[in-house]
Amino acid sequence: MEDNKPDSFKIDPKFRYEVIKVPGGENLLRCFQCGTCTSDCPIAKFDDKYRPRKIIRMAQLGLREKVLNSDFLWLCASCFTCTDRCPQGVEVASVIRALKNMAAMEGQIPEVFKVLLGNLIKSGYIYEIPESRIKKREALGLPPLPKANIDGLIKTLQNIGIRRLLEGNLQKTPEVKV
Amino acid sequence: MSLAQHVYTIYLGCAIPYRVSSYEVSARKVLSKLGVELVEMPDFNCCGLPLEPLSHDLMLILSARNLALAEQVGLSILTLCPGCSGTLKKTNRLLKEDKRVREEVNKYLSGAGLEFKGSIEVKHISQVLLEDIGLDKIREAVVRPLRGLKVAEHSGCHLSRPKKYIGFEDPENPKALRALIEVTKAKCVKYAGETECCGSTIAAIDEKISLSLVREKLLHVKEVGVDALITICPACHIMYEANQIRVERMFGEKYEIPVLHYTQLLGLAMGMQPEDLGFNELRVKPTKILERIGEA
Repeated sequence: MEDNKPDSFKIDPKFRYEVIKVPGGENLLRCFQCGTCTSDCPIAKFDDKYRPRKIIRMAQLGLREKVLNSDFLWLCASCFTCTDRCPQGVEVASVIRALKNMAAMEGQIPEVFKVLLGNLIKSGYIYEIPESRIKKREALGLPPLPKANIDGLIKTLQNIGIRRLLEGNLQKTPEVKV
Repeated sequence: MSLAQHVYTIYLGCAIPYRVSSYEVSARKVLSKLGVELVEMPDFNCCGLPLEPLSHDLMLILSARNLALAEQVGLSILTLCPGCSGTLKKTNRLLKEDKRVREEVNKYLSGAGLEFKGSIEVKHISQVLLEDIGLDKIREAVVRPLRGLKVAEHSGCHLSRPKKYIGFEDPENPKALRALIEVTKAKCVKYAGETECCGSTIAAIDEKISLSLVREKLLHVKEVGVDALITICPACHIMYEANQIRVERMFGEKYEIPVLHYTQLLGLAMGMQPEDLGFNELRVKPTKILERIGEA
């Protein structure tokens, strides 16, 4: 989302200290901008919107809205190449995940994740397994699929605010801390 | 009591039941013949990996729930999907090492009568094949050596990355799948971009980028001219096999590269029939390989 609203360039000097408290974001400040992450990133190779080095820099500088309201954040494929190759041990993919988690807390969730989450609380799987597939399993001699204990699953997840996450306003549950 | 030497509880995850039965069918056949007994998990849920972008806590709790359920079964976990094994391994280690996080997660699990104790391990099938069965025993089981077949391997990212948590394979120079292929006597050739990602994790976010990754991989594989590309991950297989014809149409190119699950290749080498190994499910028909088997 490359908009030119002045808001996008608002600087929040405390943002970086917020990021390092989110699981995965701990090593944000170690980055010295060598660019190994971007040069080795399989996504950056095909789309110039996605630049992990730049995302890290933006987070360090406190460009909160520009990072958290972006589409590019969600392009990380979690292949962990950057994490394994970073000479500073930034765990780049984890920092980017921490930023996605922060965006999700503010209700910025791509639609597809709502579908996955909806399936999860219905069946335990993130996909809706079609009836035809269940029949095919039988035909192939595969054992029946285990049925997830949904009551147990929901009970386990209820305090994490899964419904609110689904509705995109998890930030109203500050007690969620694991 | 089981007489099998190696007993695991099998964790299927989501992708395999959803659309990759060919992997499951072939893996179960091969493992059974190699003396690995699989016990079904009575209950499980998504490993948590696909939802970690939303919430790390949600991922931890989902994977911890699976670990706790397997602990009730009393067996270590075998997965077919490297994404699942990677995530479960990561959570297993985090919770074993960090008492505070373990106690927090257990608060959630206890609501449904579960507890993470840290009494089991998690292994991907390739790790079980290499570490528990061993190449020597697999070699003995190869009754139909696949000499003359030329294949390429794609191990996939999550089999080895992030290295810190997986600790089984060298991500920069993966050797496990290559070694497992070579034991069948098929030739495993190198190609450009062998360790490049399949793009599956962002397929639903940006289809064009993810299919561009598929295209580049298939072009590189095509350059070296192989009879098949071999994968050991359901997600990579979907990208290269089920999506191949779509990618051909999208870019106006032809690849015609059959993509087999490693367990299908091994099953053939162990003398099993293609129809028993889920070959009928493949969209890109491995004609040359089937001819080769027919001749044998």
